[in-house]
Amino acid sequence: MTRFLRENAALVAVAIAGIALLIGLPLVLDLYTLLQVTLYVIYAILALSLAFIWGYGGILCFGHSVFFGLGAYGYAVSVINMGDSTLPFLIAIALPAVLAAALGYFMFYARISDVYVGVITLTVTLIFYNVVNSTAGPQYHIGEALLGGFNGMPNVPSLNIPFQPDNTLEPAGMFVLCMALLLIVYFGLHILLRTRFGRVLVAVRENEQRVEFLGYDSRLHKLIAFSIGGAIAGLAGCLFTAWGNFVSPTAFSVVQSAQIIIWLMVGGAGTLLGPVIGAVAISWLTVQIGTQQTVNANVVLGGILLVFVLLVPKGVAPMVTERLVPWFVSLRRPAASPRNVAGESKA
Amino acid sequence: MDLAVVVGIDFIYAVATLALISIGLAIVFGMMRIINLAHGEFMVMGSYSAAVAVHHHVNIWIAILIVPPVVVAAIGAIIERVIIRRLYGRMVETMLATWGLSLFVVGILTMVFGDITEGVPTPIGGITIGSYQASGYSLFVIAMSIVTIAGVYLVLRTSRLGLLARGTMQNAEMAAALGVDTSRIYAVTFAFGAALAGLAGGILAPVSGVFPNIGGSYIGRAFITVIGGGPAALVGTISASTLFGVINQLATFASNPVYGEVALLAAAIILIRLLPQGITGRYFRGSL
Repeated sequence: MTRFLRENAALVAVAIAGIALLIGLPLVLDLYTLLQVTLYVIYAILALSLAFIWGYGGILCFGHSVFFGLGAYGYAVSVINMGDSTLPFLIAIALPAVLAAALGYFMFYARISDVYVGVITLTVTLIFYNVVNSTAGPQYHIGEALLGGFNGMPNVPSLNIPFQPDNTLEPAGMFVLCMALLLIVYFGLHILLRTRFGRVLVAVRENEQRVEFLGYDSRLHKLIAFSIGGAIAGLAGCLFTAWGNFVSPTAFSVVQSAQIIIWLMVGGAGTLLGPVIGAVAISWLTVQIGTQQTVNANVVLGGILLVFVLLVPKGVAPMVTERLVPWFVSLRRPAASPRNVAGESKA
Repeated sequence: MDLAVVVGIDFIYAVATLALISIGLAIVFGMMRIINLAHGEFMVMGSYSAAVAVHHHVNIWIAILIVPPVVVAAIGAIIERVIIRRLYGRMVETMLATWGLSLFVVGILTMVFGDITEGVPTPIGGITIGSYQASGYSLFVIAMSIVTIAGVYLVLRTSRLGLLARGTMQNAEMAAALGVDTSRIYAVTFAFGAALAGLAGGILAPVSGVFPNIGGSYIGRAFITVIGGGPAALVGTISASTLFGVINQLATFASNPVYGEVALLAAAIILIRLLPQGITGRYFRGSL
């Protein structure tokens, strides 16, 4: 037990902090701030989905918002038709997973390389955006749900306790649910990455050809990873719609895709904690920029992406663990020779 | 018969605009293996420079044909020096950096010009074909598209600069050993691509309207035309824009412009699946 704690100190610390926030924040924060924080948590889940497929699977998905948007719309349409949110919640996860699997089969089994995967995912996003954007008018409906085109879909019901449609979640309950789901996704991905599947997936990212020579099917591993990423993004989309009771085509937009990538670039794509921090920090920043008129949010977001690609290509989290921590350790242990420190930072 | 002419113009116009918005991106991608996701914003900067010039009573033809390429080439040269130069050979990083640049430029344009649509007047009125009315400006856009492509061909094929550029792209080290200043060639090529984007933005400004976000509607189409076309910049652009333009227009006739664009995008996905190296990766190899 102590050995487990020692080896996973960082994870245990995250778990304790997460549970503390889960219980503490609803007691401390006022309603407005709690609603804002809930949105950041939803974005953190979205960031994790891309962190998994991009940072660990090496799949350059430039149109990740398509899964987010599909989850958001899938939830909105089905919950308006059904009333009870139990099944729509699952539909919102399953639908993007199926799309991701289909797309993944289409791309990975054709052995399409990095950049072209980016092109195809971006193009699919544009298709969804165009189609959904054009569905304004009473003739476009699925069951009882009007799609609303560029106006979006208002009055989408909140999540409710499973099979009790009248018992909807209050803001505090919604926060606890989102935070719990964030922790589940975070630790679920950590566990997944430690399984055989996860290790092969990372190996595929490092050298696909070599992994294939060793007898693994890299295409299948990428396909499954892509599907899992799609499902998590769909979960985030579902929570987003239920949170704001509203969804519009901007959920599919290219800017939304760019934002997720910015979270990753800022936090560090090769980690799971980094993108979570990046998502919260950048979303908070965007809200702050929105409250004043002088600087446009796009200038700041674009500038951040540029600066990070050029100057901090690995993101903040790896920079802290690889540069600052060894530096700090070397300060506290003057006996350690520089060569040892360099060795540690590589490991 | 008259109807056939009008419909024919529509098809050629769709192909010509696609070629016009893609050619600058194709030059930069084909020659430098760089995908500039801020290409749409380069076009928008061209449109805005045309709009500003018209506001200052510059002759309309100068405002849409001369001012935009000059202004955007200068901006492109600066961007190459500050950003692109640091990322040569790293395709994904370049795409991310230029994506950031595109957001940045949209934000700057919104701050400077506001979130409103600027207009540039159309210098040519309608023309009558039998009992139908067609836009004279469409014919002008078609003509300009042909002139632009022919011009690019002449520059690459016959000028000394074109020769040096092609040599550098084929084997940069060998070119450098022969005394070519390769880093200057890269800068000039990127600025040339930017100038073409600016020109496209200037020419299309009267038809599309000018507002900060419109670059997003160009970049998707330009991007897939270039990728679909493959490594040979000119032949690739012409063949891919012909294919996609015709598909776009067929679907537009069958339903509406939205599904025309959807058909174009879907065709692009299928094309990339079948020919990941683009059309000129399989056919017309070794062409320009």
